[in-house]
Amino acid sequence: MPAEMSAKTQRRKSLTPQIQSTTISLIHPDSILSVTDLTIDDLQSILDLANLLEKEDPLTRDRRLFKRRVSLLFYESSTRTRTSFELAAKALGADTSLVSAQSSSIEKGESLRDTGITLRALGAECIILRSPYSGAPYLLAETTGLPILNAGDGMHEHPSQALLDLRTILAHLKTGLKITETTLKGVTITICGDIFHSRVARSNALLLPRLGARVVLCGPSPLLPEVAAELGPNIVIERDFDRALAQSQVVMMLRIQAERLAGLALDLEEYKARYQANSERISTHAPKALVMHPGPMIRGLEITSEVADGPQSAIADQVRNGVAIRMALIMRALSSDVPRHAKARKGTSL
Amino acid sequence: MKPILIRGGHLIDPASGIDMPRDLLLIDGKVASVDAPEKIKHAGVEILSAKDLVVAPGLVDVHVHLREPGQGYKETIATGTAAAAAGGFTTVCAMPNTIPVNDSPETTRWMQAPERGAAIRVFPIAAATRGSMGEALTEYGSLKAAGAVAVTDDGKPILGDAIMREALIAAARANLPVIQHAEDTRLTGGCSMNAGRVAFRLGLRGMPTEAESGLVERDIRLLAEVKDSRTHLHVAHLSTRAALDAVRRARRNGLRVTCEVAPHHFVLNEEAIGNYDTSAKMNPPLRAELDRVAMVEGIIDGSVDCIATDHAPHAAHEKEQEFERAPNGITGLESALGLSISILHVRHKLPLGRIIALLSTQPAAVLGLKGRGSLAVGSAADVVIFDPVKKWIFKASKSKSKSKNTPFDGWSLQGQVSMTISEGRVVYHKS
Repeated sequence: MPAEMSAKTQRRKSLTPQIQSTTISLIHPDSILSVTDLTIDDLQSILDLANLLEKEDPLTRDRRLFKRRVSLLFYESSTRTRTSFELAAKALGADTSLVSAQSSSIEKGESLRDTGITLRALGAECIILRSPYSGAPYLLAETTGLPILNAGDGMHEHPSQALLDLRTILAHLKTGLKITETTLKGVTITICGDIFHSRVARSNALLLPRLGARVVLCGPSPLLPEVAAELGPNIVIERDFDRALAQSQVVMMLRIQAERLAGLALDLEEYKARYQANSERISTHAPKALVMHPGPMIRGLEITSEVADGPQSAIADQVRNGVAIRMALIMRALSSDVPRHAKARKGTSL
Repeated sequence: MKPILIRGGHLIDPASGIDMPRDLLLIDGKVASVDAPEKIKHAGVEILSAKDLVVAPGLVDVHVHLREPGQGYKETIATGTAAAAAGGFTTVCAMPNTIPVNDSPETTRWMQAPERGAAIRVFPIAAATRGSMGEALTEYGSLKAAGAVAVTDDGKPILGDAIMREALIAAARANLPVIQHAEDTRLTGGCSMNAGRVAFRLGLRGMPTEAESGLVERDIRLLAEVKDSRTHLHVAHLSTRAALDAVRRARRNGLRVTCEVAPHHFVLNEEAIGNYDTSAKMNPPLRAELDRVAMVEGIIDGSVDCIATDHAPHAAHEKEQEFERAPNGITGLESALGLSISILHVRHKLPLGRIIALLSTQPAAVLGLKGRGSLAVGSAADVVIFDPVKKWIFKASKSKSKSKNTPFDGWSLQGQVSMTISEGRVVYHKS
């Protein structure tokens, strides 16, 4: 190299540390794709709005989103999530349309992108998406520009479930209405079961520590790899369920997703012996803890009927809270005056 | 074809140990003379000024997917080689995972026919087994006679020990390297990225690094068992520290093992997937930072033989799908030199001569491409002329490839190609 060229190279290098580009996100800012999208202020306003809407006179509430259009796009079966989103939208006066994989052009091979564009052309102002593919809501949000509510994507996240779980926990612990980074300080929440396949576990484990909670993940290693503890701060792994229970004020049981166990060496009898929430175990190790389950439950596997229907169970409360939270999320998505394309995201750094 | 005299440039030719101002004369598609500035006198030449520019042997990419025959909507030999020329390449080796699979001398010849409209030299790499099914070997001798420069079942790794051993033996007899896409697919079913923290966070199933290193180790074991010094294993797009260590050990034991690394594996790590960006999805996947750093170290210490792009064009509608459904692969021909200079030369101080060696001299040597990757007199008149300090923005929309699937869109790169000459013809001239 000629000396002058080298000198030039040196100078340029020092001026330009970054070489990657900044891209502008087309994601509508009132989309909820991950709980990590939400600030503490967002959480406060969602919970406040849920309280307000829940108490509101149904005839007044019905005017809030009167005749606005909400699409439910469900690529996976669902009872709770779909019905509660639908009831929530209807309670606000919105028109809902349901598109499910089995009875639409999705069966003919129409892509998610084209389906989203079609729904937008039909007047959808918000799409609620359930997909078996992790990350699908990002694709839908980017291609439609509409507010997208993630109703569960693959093994990734289920943000509205984590929010309704949060509402359930706060009500039980009587923390008051103020949400801060220390609202759940001193509270330990155990999530037990098939963490690896669970979007509910990921959303809760990412959300609850933001309010000061400590999350204990519990399960056998095929369902709970060590790397799960790296999901975020204040997450630990405890493989002994009894020890996890003994430290917990709240315990969330997860369904064993039998359809996903193929190839995993898991003995269900042994699993029940070590991880089942049964009366004896709960009364011995966590007699005061709140017992939660996002459903659907497999009674007699991860949880017994005595516990599911017992005095410590908050399972029915969770379902009820689902409607209030989802009213707030739909309300928020449809009442935004934030211009589209308002958020910029940085490319990943080297 | 008029003779070309390239004057005033700084010539870097690792094959002849030249790294100094030199003029270069090209006649009849060959290098006719290399001499001190202003020394070459020849009548009737076209004079090209290379003032302030580097003149080097045209780049050689031993791993591209040109998609022809069969998938012309993604790329054709004409568009893929036009992109290659714009990236400074004068030779590309085309992988056999076409439709049909290139497992015959007929397809091998078809790919090289003038009707394909290639801008630069294309050397096909033929399938190692019929239909790349991993069951019966193809005819290595006749494939070589038809122009194939190596055999591989790229994308469909050869898992069976017996068939891989047979392939190594037969390829040695035909004097062809066996290229392996090292992925033990028994460990990667349903996986769409690297295993680890990021995959867990995104809820995606991850490919463990052992799926790569395990197969590299298996192949090396077979190579050692074959005990024929002619057998040559080339590891395609190596991406993990463990696999690189296995290659190093094999070489210390005297085995003929070479490897290539793709620019994305020394530039990006798995974090680049961000929120499910399918333009950061390829196989092998972007790995953890420690693996990326290991690739840089392997390049610097000489363990890595060459940089190869694994240029894998896909149509927009294929990439605009859910992450797990989108096909693997990114384009790479037009960003390879800029990325190599920006990262390896600017950031890691690797001399430009080493970068030319990795992108031209050494890949040509790995596949035994005689007269390529060199500017010695008598070599093919394959030349790249580039500005090593020029900054430019790489824009996918301006790409000559039919496909735009790149994670480097909008990146500011250093080192820009100003001209590419293939066998004495100017095939790219920056406007």
